[in-house]
Amino acid sequence: MDQLHTWLMSMAGDAEPWASYAKYLPKLLDGAGLTLQLVVVSGLIGVCLAIPMALMRVAKSPWVWGLPYAYIFFFRGTPLLVQIFLVYYGLSQFEAIRDLGWLWDEVLSQPYWCAIIAFTLNTTAYIAELFRGAIQSVPRGEVEAAQAIGMNRYQQYRHIILPRAFGIILPAYGNEVILMLKGSALASTITLLDLTGMTRNVIARTYMSMEFFLLAGALYLLIAGAIILLFRGLEHLYSAQHRQPRLAAKGLDPQLRDQHLDDPS
Amino acid sequence: MELHGFGHLLISGFWVTLQLAVTSLVFGLLFGLLGAAAKLSPIRSLHAIGTLYTTLIRGIPELLLVLILYYGTSTLLNWLLGRYIEVGPFTAGVAALSLAFGAYATEVFRSAMLEIPKGQREAALAIGMRPWAIFWHIELPQLWRIAIPGLGNLFLVLLKDTALVSVVGLNELMRQAYVAAGNTKEPFTFYMAAALIYLTLTIISMQVTRWLERRANRGFEEARA
Repeated sequence: MDQLHTWLMSMAGDAEPWASYAKYLPKLLDGAGLTLQLVVVSGLIGVCLAIPMALMRVAKSPWVWGLPYAYIFFFRGTPLLVQIFLVYYGLSQFEAIRDLGWLWDEVLSQPYWCAIIAFTLNTTAYIAELFRGAIQSVPRGEVEAAQAIGMNRYQQYRHIILPRAFGIILPAYGNEVILMLKGSALASTITLLDLTGMTRNVIARTYMSMEFFLLAGALYLLIAGAIILLFRGLEHLYSAQHRQPRLAAKGLDPQLRDQHLDDPS
Repeated sequence: MELHGFGHLLISGFWVTLQLAVTSLVFGLLFGLLGAAAKLSPIRSLHAIGTLYTTLIRGIPELLLVLILYYGTSTLLNWLLGRYIEVGPFTAGVAALSLAFGAYATEVFRSAMLEIPKGQREAALAIGMRPWAIFWHIELPQLWRIAIPGLGNLFLVLLKDTALVSVVGLNELMRQAYVAAGNTKEPFTFYMAAALIYLTLTIISMQVTRWLERRANRGFEEARA
């Protein structure tokens, strides 16, 4: 990081805004690191929590699907900012929570963990809803086929329905990660120095608001671009069964070789 | 829920939120239509501008957009017009929210436009209608019908994004809840009250969308039956 810093400074010279960009870019990159961390951690926990929630949501008994339904409805129907404030400021209202000792001192009163908790709760609701749609759109015939060969409920979900749902969900999940990336900017409202928070911090020192907001915007665009590429790659991997296998026609024994497999040329 | 006499503050915030959402919706629909027109245009540079608009806005956090427009527009206007014009949080909020709404609405309108059979446009041209008349009398009414469900979802997102404008000091619902929470030392109560108001707004918007959808589809229900 220090080397990057010196190199940037020497490249930029004295011309503004480049000199300030060079001076503060390492700070912004630190902020971007925190942003990524928030997105990845809450995204991973979110997926783990969303699967059981989606399974409950598709149950037939209202006693089972009622709770996840209400949860999903609340977290998708209210602003993320309210949810963050409810966790970070709201919890301190209750003495019972303030008396939790370690849990309060180290976790629930810390902005970092409050952001993780709020983002996780929020993204879980969105992912669970995606999963619900995906589970219900697995073709009926595939489930019937699984029943016909004698799979029980658990095996159907484990081997047929959930893997299919993952494939269906992947592009939409990519979108959700981008939305989470944009939502993570709200961490700056509870004093965290993520990319947005760090940018505001730098602006308070340099008074160059436009220059640094636009730089931060460019960094967000880069991260979003990287996420899109990552998910394209994942989709490519996951849709392997749909791709035509490459037939190594040229390498085959000439006698086994089928004329149709060769190039027409 | 005991609100210690701060209920009226939430109500006044609720009205500001509603005004912000509706104003942004109007401009957002306009941006969306313009964006879709640009993206569908055969002119290369217009197409590029449309693509640039949607790509940029969809990759930048709405909060950053609000901050950029709040702190940046005055500077920009000062530089363009040579005199200082104060841009208030409401104006900046409307600008940010409608630009964000417009970027997503562009895609909704674009795909709706592609769903209208090409033959209709050709038939209209054949009977000598002007392009503007074709858009106004033939395409727009159908566009509306196809686009309503998508636009309804976008409005729900817009409604929730209005909370972001509290960061630049607009006295909307979230900001008033913040003030009340600070005064009463009961943050959970007030943020929960705000959450419930947002939830109510969400439910009402969903009902209105459903009603609009049914109304726009009334000619189609019979055909299908």
